[in-house]
Amino acid sequence: MAEAPFGLLAELTHRCPLQCGYCSNPLELVRRDAELSTEDWRRVFDQARALGALQIHLSGGEPLRRPDLPELVAHANSLGCYVNLVTSGVGLSRDRMRSLASVGVDHVQLSLQDATRAGNDRIAGIKAFDRKVEAAAFVLDEGLPLTVNTVLHRQNLDNIAGIIAMAEQMGAERLELANTQYYGWALRNRAVLLPTRAQLAVADPIVAAAQDRLRGRMEIVYVIADYHEAHPKPCMYGWGARQLTVAPNGDVLPCPAATVISSLEIENVRDSSLHEIWHHSPSFNAFRGFEWMQDPCRSCPRKEIDFGGCRCQAFQLTGDAAATDPVCSLSPARSTVDLILETEMAPSEVPAMAMRKMR
Amino acid sequence: MTPAVALDTVPRIRRGVKCTYDQIRSAHVVLFPEGVLVLNETAASVVALCDGVRSVGDIAVVLADEYDGVEPGDIASLVARMVERRVVDVDG
Repeated sequence: MAEAPFGLLAELTHRCPLQCGYCSNPLELVRRDAELSTEDWRRVFDQARALGALQIHLSGGEPLRRPDLPELVAHANSLGCYVNLVTSGVGLSRDRMRSLASVGVDHVQLSLQDATRAGNDRIAGIKAFDRKVEAAAFVLDEGLPLTVNTVLHRQNLDNIAGIIAMAEQMGAERLELANTQYYGWALRNRAVLLPTRAQLAVADPIVAAAQDRLRGRMEIVYVIADYHEAHPKPCMYGWGARQLTVAPNGDVLPCPAATVISSLEIENVRDSSLHEIWHHSPSFNAFRGFEWMQDPCRSCPRKEIDFGGCRCQAFQLTGDAAATDPVCSLSPARSTVDLILETEMAPSEVPAMAMRKMR
Repeated sequence: MTPAVALDTVPRIRRGVKCTYDQIRSAHVVLFPEGVLVLNETAASVVALCDGVRSVGDIAVVLADEYDGVEPGDIASLVARMVERRVVDVDG
């Protein structure tokens, strides 16, 4: 039997005031009338805890768009789970933060799109910067730890020092600087988002220096730009190993991007229990362990480090979800990634960013 | 290996860190932003005593009453590992 998961990523809604062109939600966003009810989510949390989950990440879209958020926080808290609110900060008033803290939010993860108001609001597609700065203060006023989260790409990577300074000013304990991962919206906007090698060469040492300087005050987690690397990321630390995602409509996913693998048969909490899905579904067992691997992964000593990389990326770039992640230098499809870098890092004509919107 | 902290260091559980018992795993666990640590019995006893008042040396004395063979140096390395994982804070 598979080990118990540690975390549940609960995507409560896909509704969001922001329109970031790298959103991790799928292109096909779930509409409000297809969202799970309060009762459904309570049952999902019960089942997740019974399965072993100890952390519940309340995310979206923007979770503040759910009027039942306080009730869901309280329920997750009553189960003994660590409750992490993942928010854009838009809609997080002082009163709202106070009431959410009082029912059991343990930690807040706040997105920041760029170092400056102009940059932030251009990427977000709305005026959000001032709301975020306020929201950060409300979080600290409740005595809660704050993580600031910034997705990095060609449009903001040159401002990395400013982003780090902004997170310090906001009082973050942790800063996650994650280079864009190319699925869904980000894949569509890849030619606008892919950083150049020159940008990364400047940014990497700035991040390393800040990690040193801020040690003990603000932890900086840096997620690499995998297209530019020789080895793939250890995606999800193995398929169906540590965490599961429930989408707004109740679809249960081994990773938040898994809907891109069109050959995967996705189960839903309306039809089956999380226990059944985690342990027995074809989707969660598809890439567990090492048996599914082909060469070069199968005989590679790094398989225990990177688990063959990302299944979604393998599927998107090679058409085979069981292939070696093509960013790996050992992958026979690495040339596909190199060609993308060559043509899209500095395209002769930069397309406009497709902003995230519900259709 | 992580270097141990001094015996007069006073450790405290960090803000935003929750220590609890997981009935499902039958183990003490520490919950913190983006992470879970499953603790063995010794580690759980040490973490429970990181109250911002007792020093590492004091913790070793308390635990020596309960367990045989408690070495202050082992407690100091364990606290250092907890500091590294951002579960425990020390002043200075």
